Amino acid sequence: MADQDLADPDMRETDQPLLVAGSLSKSYGRIAACRDVSFALYPGEVLAIVGESGSGKSTLLQLLSGQLAASGGHVSYRMRDGVTRDLATLGEAERRFLFRTDWGFVHQDPAQGLRMAVSAGANVGERLMAVGWNHYGRIRDTASDWLTRVEIDIARIDDAPRTYSGGMRQRLQIARNLVTEPRLVFMDEPTGGLDVSVQARLLDLVRSLVAELGLAVIIVTHDLAVARLLSHRVMVMKGGRVIETGLTDQVLDDPREPYTQLLVSSILPP
Amino acid sequence: MNAPAYNFAYLDEQTKRMIRRAILKAIAIPGYQVPFASREMPMPYGWGTGGVQVTAAILGPQDVLKVIDQGSDDTTNAISIRKFFAKTASVATTTATEDATVIQTRHRIPETPLHENQVLVYQVPIPEPLRFLEPRETETRRMHALAEYGLMHVKLYEDIARFGHIATAYAYPVKVNARYVMDPSPTPKFDNPKMDNCPALQLFGAGREKRIYAIPPYTQVVSLDFEDHPFEPYRFNAPCALCAAENSYLDEIVTDDKGGRMFVCSDTDYCEGRQAAGHRGSLSAAPYKEKAGSHG
Repeated sequence: MADQDLADPDMRETDQPLLVAGSLSKSYGRIAACRDVSFALYPGEVLAIVGESGSGKSTLLQLLSGQLAASGGHVSYRMRDGVTRDLATLGEAERRFLFRTDWGFVHQDPAQGLRMAVSAGANVGERLMAVGWNHYGRIRDTASDWLTRVEIDIARIDDAPRTYSGGMRQRLQIARNLVTEPRLVFMDEPTGGLDVSVQARLLDLVRSLVAELGLAVIIVTHDLAVARLLSHRVMVMKGGRVIETGLTDQVLDDPREPYTQLLVSSILPP
Repeated sequence: MNAPAYNFAYLDEQTKRMIRRAILKAIAIPGYQVPFASREMPMPYGWGTGGVQVTAAILGPQDVLKVIDQGSDDTTNAISIRKFFAKTASVATTTATEDATVIQTRHRIPETPLHENQVLVYQVPIPEPLRFLEPRETETRRMHALAEYGLMHVKLYEDIARFGHIATAYAYPVKVNARYVMDPSPTPKFDNPKMDNCPALQLFGAGREKRIYAIPPYTQVVSLDFEDHPFEPYRFNAPCALCAAENSYLDEIVTDDKGGRMFVCSDTDYCEGRQAAGHRGSLSAAPYKEKAGSHG
């Protein structure tokens, strides 16, 4: 077994989970927002968490990304150096460093994830400067490169995102997160509030970037179409519990739980 | 004579002790902003209430005080503060930089190099260098605590993106003792190199924001920059019109309404010293020569 590991390091890399959640729970007083959630996420895997409003999706995302302390259970993450660590044991400095290097977080509202008053170039470059890049030319080149990749006109690099449309803001937010080449990106309803054609374009972009960069993504959405388009696996949540989990097509085409059946059948026919 | 209406140097002793404790802490952690219980002073905020409190706390009867405002000893603010301490503390005052033991300043560092027996007290309007990029105080404190200063470079990046060079000309951010990023108060960036490895103690008081910070003598102070856009002190390229100094910071003075203007040293003491030593600029007045001649 050990010999096999040594023989094929790539295999070993993707064989180990990137993030493991074990019996995660969170309660606000008597209200349990999240109960006993366990799963493992592997590198390059896209996991969608679906469910109706109030099912605990966003709470779970905050628990996983270490923004909220869990009432019970643990989250461990395999760092870039290969060591798996419990997020609760990370110091604040380490956690914040992880957040701006190896992780990304795409908010539903771009105003939360962007600095609306500084230029797009500086928005993308901020993470680079935070990890010590100190060469204006290189920062700007990297920023323009990323703007091109998310299909934003380079001519707009010095404009502040408040002059951008909703779709552009969301794409800028993605560029800002991906510039440090994270291995894991959290997305909270990234297509919420966008019209359908802009949504389609954004999903297309995310899908190609994920494939290109081998990103692992945990995406929270109430839109099953988004889950179907992007994710490999789906977790269905209801009342703070994971009630069904499996491959995306399996869960969406052949739902087992009555609630999932209801959810799938509630999609309006095109 | 009646009993003095005020304690020595205006503030009561307990207040001075409180301020001195904040100053000691600030010196122990160079560049760190120490909160203190700033008092109401008999002057409006923005006129140097922070600097006055620091000066009041460190002033002793033997001290010689110099006060400058934009380098000048003879503006309203400088004269008022100098008179204030002459009245409440009966200390000797001077305009000569080398004679002073305590120098309170607004926006300039004197041209004459400071020495070990001097304390430079700055009046600071906004002590937080990250303020205009991050409005939340809780967040800026955390950023200082964790030394997360990427945001400071975002500001410099914005400058270059907009103007082609780092256009920040005053309040230019510095890193003190390789740890804390600090706002050097609105001094022109011309003065930033003087802060580095300075023999004098530098104290900063922000009255409205209730913060004191310090640079101990001989501390490393580095102006932030980019490798391909290095820090450059700015100086208008002309000699002083009165003393012909080539290396001092200059004020632009409008002399008429037809576009006439002259550039003179902002440090009046330095300029007068040079004129007394016989240096003449392009606009030096003739009567001064007569006066100098009558002395000689």
